[in-house]
Amino acid sequence: MLSPARSRPAPDDAGSAVFRGRALPWAFLLPSLLILAVFIYLPALQTLRLAAYRANVILGTEQFVGLANFAELLSSPAYRQVALQTLVFTVLTVTFGLLLSLGLAWLARRPVRGASTYRLLLIYPYALSPAIAGTLWLFLFNPEIGLVNQLLGELFGVRPRWLDTPALAFGLVTLAAIWKGLAYNIVFYLASIQNLPRDVMEAAEIDGATPAQVFWRVAFPLLSPITFFLVFTNIIAALFDSFALTDILTRGGPYTGNAGVTTFLVYQLYQDGFVNFRTGAAAAQAVMMLALVAFVTWMQFRVGERRVHYGS
Amino acid sequence: MAVKHPAAPAARADRTAPRSRRARGEWVTHAALILSVLIIGAPLILAVIKSTQTSSVVLSPSLLPGGAFFQNLSGVWQDANLGRYMLNSLVVAVCVTAGKTTLALLAALAFVYFRFPLKGAAFTLVLLSLMLPTEVLIIALFDLVSRDLNWANTYAAIIVPFLASATGTFLFRQHFLSIPGSLADAARIDGCGPLLYLTRILIPMSTNTIGALAVIQFVYAWDQYIWPLVIMQQDDRQVVQVGLRRLIEVGGQTDWGAVMAGAVITALPPLIVFTALQRQFSRGFALSEDK
Repeated sequence: MLSPARSRPAPDDAGSAVFRGRALPWAFLLPSLLILAVFIYLPALQTLRLAAYRANVILGTEQFVGLANFAELLSSPAYRQVALQTLVFTVLTVTFGLLLSLGLAWLARRPVRGASTYRLLLIYPYALSPAIAGTLWLFLFNPEIGLVNQLLGELFGVRPRWLDTPALAFGLVTLAAIWKGLAYNIVFYLASIQNLPRDVMEAAEIDGATPAQVFWRVAFPLLSPITFFLVFTNIIAALFDSFALTDILTRGGPYTGNAGVTTFLVYQLYQDGFVNFRTGAAAAQAVMMLALVAFVTWMQFRVGERRVHYGS
Repeated sequence: MAVKHPAAPAARADRTAPRSRRARGEWVTHAALILSVLIIGAPLILAVIKSTQTSSVVLSPSLLPGGAFFQNLSGVWQDANLGRYMLNSLVVAVCVTAGKTTLALLAALAFVYFRFPLKGAAFTLVLLSLMLPTEVLIIALFDLVSRDLNWANTYAAIIVPFLASATGTFLFRQHFLSIPGSLADAARIDGCGPLLYLTRILIPMSTNTIGALAVIQFVYAWDQYIWPLVIMQQDDRQVVQVGLRRLIEVGGQTDWGAVMAGAVITALPPLIVFTALQRQFSRGFALSEDK
């Protein structure tokens, strides 16, 4: 559906004008535009303004500080650590999440008996929310009563402190995020695999290509538009949807170096905005995340247009 | 490689060697798929099993299903407010889904069937909103909704800001563009206005897209977490996702059987919507993939 080839804004003349009326189209658009203006664009502008102020919640005063909030953030070791952690987390979840879902979708594409049941079971977890994912994993990996440690304790006599050991906690959150994202990616990969041009695939087989060659040399390049679209949506999901997961699973902890090891950008923003009440600092972080999203989007269009193979 | 036509092996029944290799390959595929499904489903399967065990068994390694599901559930349903959370989430998810679908249909109608100045600009404005997730706006949105609008602790606070849908507008626009324009011409000549055309012709022709979108939007609204967490300070207005966190925190000792029962119940509404609209969901996507 939203493959990058088609997600460009269409020119003005797309679609023929069938119905007439000057005010009518605006009346139809008004509800959407009003909501967007009031609840998206106005807060966006307001965030820009807040980022240049330092607010005192107790006194209710605001003081203009220019770019000081940004300078402070960029020079803060804690924030740098959080940014680095977010980067590692994002790269890991996107890379392994996509490879795994492509592999599973490729496996599930085969028309074996019960194929549709397998496909359904693979995409059902889409209905689980990040908060539920966090709750389930919190119970499974609870050091004392979790099933994973009971099993490991019986078999190998080890009971790792999953949520208190920095490396383990980071790995656990990453794994949970990959697991949570699988179903969404599989839905899109399955749809695209089923739409691969059959003649090309069959020609490759007739020419004696091995299954591995068919996958890497034929299918993989043909799937690059959807992979590219998924890279983009997965980056956004890793940046934003991880909040509920980490909030329930680790609360951003355990602390190591200058910050909690599973504290990612959105979690830090929430902490500063609603726990520490540093509105200016939080707004500055929001502006930087906005720049990040804009950069990722821009990259999607730039790289996407040049390097991605769009098939026939 | 993939067996493209299930009938093909039968036609080549004389060549037994490839067929047995194919049969073996099929078993490998089955085994790999079953293993994958089990691993992916494991957290949910274990949660369902644990939610049925009594509190004395739930902390043991036992994986035998018990009969205490409703007992576990009734504990949290009343005492931990789970029933109230579920109701709140249901109201919000249904309103957001219905509202988003309606607004997106109207916007797509304007974009496809009218010519008007600044159309391109308006469409860009709608699409650009995809780049502004709630998480980024949350500081300013909180000020706006709680202070300026005074909506804190109301349903409006978690419904109204999410009623516009860029994804929906985009998908409906794509779908409408794939419907022959001559149909609309004929309707207009017969004296049919745009709203009548929308309700009588376009909507019946868009059930797959509407269904697919409804699934996405219901799940999105149901999963909302960070915004309700900050804007709803009153517990009886809270949504179920944030409620889950409260269930874990209740008292000093977490009752895990009850928490798992709560998690399973929380997963149910999206699963029901997904199951009910599963056909439209896959068709709605396959369709827009083709066209």
